[in-house]
Parts: sequence; C-alpha cells; structure tokens
Amino acid sequence: MALHDVRLRINGTEYTGRVEARKTLADFIREDCGLTGTHLGCEHGVCGACTILMNGEAVRSCLLFAVQADGAELMTVEGLADGDRLHPIQQAYWEHHALQCGFCTPGFLMTSLVFLRDHPHPTEREIREGLAGNLCRCTGYQNIVAAVAAAAEALASGAHPDFFPAPARPTASVEQIEATEDAVPAAHGAPADMQGDGATGAKKAGRRGARGATTPRGTARRTRKPKG
Amino acid sequence: MKPAAFEYFAPRTVEQAVDLLAQHGDQAKVLAGGQSLVPLMNMRLARPAVIVDINRVDGLEYIVAAPAVLRIGALTRQRAAERSRLVAERCPLLRDALRLVGHVQIRNRGTVAGSIAHADPAAELTAVLTALDGEVVARGPGGTRVIAASDLFVTYLTTSLDPREIITEVRFPALPPGTGWSWMEIARRHGDFALAGVGVVLALGGGVITEARIALTGVGPTPVRATSAERLLTGRAPSEGLWADAAEAVRAAVDPDGDIHASAEYRRHVAGVLVQRALCEALTRVREAA
Repeated sequence: MALHDVRLRINGTEYTGRVEARKTLADFIREDCGLTGTHLGCEHGVCGACTILMNGEAVRSCLLFAVQADGAELMTVEGLADGDRLHPIQQAYWEHHALQCGFCTPGFLMTSLVFLRDHPHPTEREIREGLAGNLCRCTGYQNIVAAVAAAAEALASGAHPDFFPAPARPTASVEQIEATEDAVPAAHGAPADMQGDGATGAKKAGRRGARGATTPRGTARRTRKPKG
Repeated sequence: MKPAAFEYFAPRTVEQAVDLLAQHGDQAKVLAGGQSLVPLMNMRLARPAVIVDINRVDGLEYIVAAPAVLRIGALTRQRAAERSRLVAERCPLLRDALRLVGHVQIRNRGTVAGSIAHADPAAELTAVLTALDGEVVARGPGGTRVIAASDLFVTYLTTSLDPREIITEVRFPALPPGTGWSWMEIARRHGDFALAGVGVVLALGGGVITEARIALTGVGPTPVRATSAERLLTGRAPSEGLWADAAEAVRAAVDPDGDIHASAEYRRHVAGVLVQRALCEALTRVREAA
C-alpha cells in the first residue's frame, strides 16, 4: 500500500510523518508523534477517551485517518498545562477528585475545554449532556460534573481569557440566503472566507504549546515552531 | 480494532470523485464525516478496497435558504446545521433532531448528507427527510439526478444510490409559517441511537387539521411514513382522543425488530406514545404561532 505524507501541528509544534492511509489519527499522535496522553479505549467512537481538538473543535481521533488531518491544527491533553502549572480545568478535576484510574481523563478534559468555551455558565443538565460522549468506569460521573461546574466558575471570572482555543469558523460563514429558487450562488454556495480554518486558534495553541513541550518519543519528525 | 488496508484518494472536485467511483464501483466507499463508516472499518465489518475521501472537495459545505427549500451541501457538518440560524428559522424540525444525533464530537465531523446516505434504520435525519418529503441530489457517471426521500431508502443501511453516485446536496422543504412541528425520541442515554423516534409536522386551518405528516425511525428497516394515521388526522379537529387514535394507527402500521436494547413490543408501544406527545407539542407550536 502507498504511503502518504502527513504534516500537521499539535499544540503548536509541527510534526511530519509518512503513514499508511489506514493509520488512525489517534495512532499517529501516539505512535508517530510520541504524544501518549491521548488514550484509546474502544477504537470505534463510543468511549470518547481519544477526544482531541482539530481546528478548534472536539473530535474523536480514532474515527479520523491521519492522512485526513494533513494540514490541520490539533490540540491534545499535553497542550493544556503550562509547564508544571495545571490548566484551570485540570486543577478543578484534581481538586474535585474527578478521576480515579485516569484512563478516560484526557478525553474528558478536552471535551470539557470546548464545552466550557461554548457554555461559560452551564447548568448541571448541560454539563451532563455536554459530557455524554465520554465514558468513565470509575467515578460515577458525580465528581466530574462537580469539577466542570467549578472550572466554569473559575474561568468565568474572566481572569483566564487565554485558556480557551479559538473555535472553528462560525456557521454563518457557510450560510446563504437565495433570492429566488433559480439563482445559483457563486461557487455553488461556498463563500471564499470559509477556507480560513482556525487561524486564530493556531496562534494561541502555538504560544501555549511551545511553553509546555514534552519529550519527543515517536518516529515523526518534529520541528519546534518559533514563538510569535 | 484497526481497519484493513485500503487505497486512499482525496479528490478536489466532484467530477474527480465521480470518476474514481466509476473506476472502482462497489469496491469503493465515499468517506465524508466518517462517523459511521470508520467504526465499521475499525471493527472490520466493512473492508472497502478503496476510500474516496470527499473532505477536500471544494464547494460542498453550504446551507442555502431558497424560498421554499433549505439546500445543504454534502460536506456540511451536522454541528454547523445544528448551529445554523437558517436551519432554526426555516426547518426547526431538522434542528431539533440534529441535537440528538450522537454526541457533539460526532456532530463536529458527521455530515447531514452522510447520515442520510448511510441509512441507519434508527437514524434521526432519514426520518426528518421522510417527514418533510425532502430530496437528495446525486451525481454519477450519467449526470445529476434528484431522488425523493420516498424513493431513497430501500432497507437496512441500503439506499437506491448507485455505488458510482455520490450525494452532493440534501434538500429539506422549509416549513411554512404557522406550521407546528415536533421531534420526539426515546434513547437509553443522551446521544445513543433511539429505540424509537418520531418527527411530526402539523398545520391547521379553520379549526381542523389541514396537514399532518408523521415519520418514524427505529421501528423498521427504513424510516416509515405513518400514512394511515396521517389520513385519520386530516380534516379533524385536534383532541387528546384523536391523538390516541393516531397512536393506535401508528402501532398497527409499524413492524419493529426486537434486540438487546428493547423488544419489538416495547418499540411498538413507545412509537405510539411518542406520536401522541409529538402531536401535542406540534399543536402547541401551531397555537403559539397563531
């Protein structure tokens, strides 16, 4: 089978590799990039342990092929802490005993991150729905829900605007209103500005990632992105 | 839990994608959001020799509101449609159903068109398309054709699409102002496939029902239009008794399977209960709009 070149950025650091098309993004992150914080539970999109951010939105990295992420900006759990200083969400998980064995925690953290970005003042019901795509077999979820609620309060103080990645482009950029039924929109409805994925997120992740770099263990070539 | 090897293509245009499908026929699968296909591949329940990844095709990600119809491009993510103001305004039934499709991580990748092409018998979007008499636009070697929802779903995970065709657009007729709607489903947990689900559209005039559409999911190999219940409702004044009659008509019309999640009998019962609740909610919305 042919090999495919993949070049992407994780937590602000560029990685390149050559992969079989069937290699999942999760395996690429773990095996080729050496970032083993992302965990694999079920490998068929049920458990959520492999949740990462791709261009600013939470995705299951076991349901993407690495070749599909060529050119993408990723964020994994390694990008959360600033050196030894935990991200406020990690801190809240710590303080509320929101983990026991910890296997599911990386996925929960990444899901919590975008959830709190999009729902800064969540109700308990919203938290439970927001986390429903992640399974935990230890905690019974109570402490995870409590941790996310506490993290929401800590983050809502506004003291940490830098703690969230930028979202993907707004939905409005793909929307159009047609004047008449017969009119065909330019480029079949694809406005030019819809191509610029997550550029802001890339910069922000870059700053944070460059500070919190981890030891390279994998086979993918790693190039540190210069700051700024 | 690792997929079998396959040959990978990432065409840049619909024409290139169609050429690849024409070349490889039923050896090839189209990869859009991948949230149904990739689990099947990881579990080796599907072993396509060729993957045609359409994610790098330009111009397929759009939500266009035409006067009577909402046109959604094949690469529009479920999450984008769920958040879309146009979808909320013109097709709230779709918006409400989208919120229950999988989990947010799934909807960030999964596409509206992909869910319809996959034709899972318990999916929400197939039933929404069926309730609204929507259509898909398919491109193949012979050109473009429009397929009505009623002609699209054949049986479990099977549509009338040719293996060499791809869906380029899904068309949901917009709900006229004053129309009521409701999506109801029962699932074990938020985000799970529904044991049964129903989409209802209701319009009233002069105190009687002028139009009722009922489509169900999870109660047969394809989404089901409850035409006998629709006929029973049309021309009658709404009442709790009428909803109960409609529920009975639905129970008589559906033929669900039993599995580890729920027995056939339970699904049949729940289908009726959901129809009653959905009609009730749709009526409330008609009255709120008036």
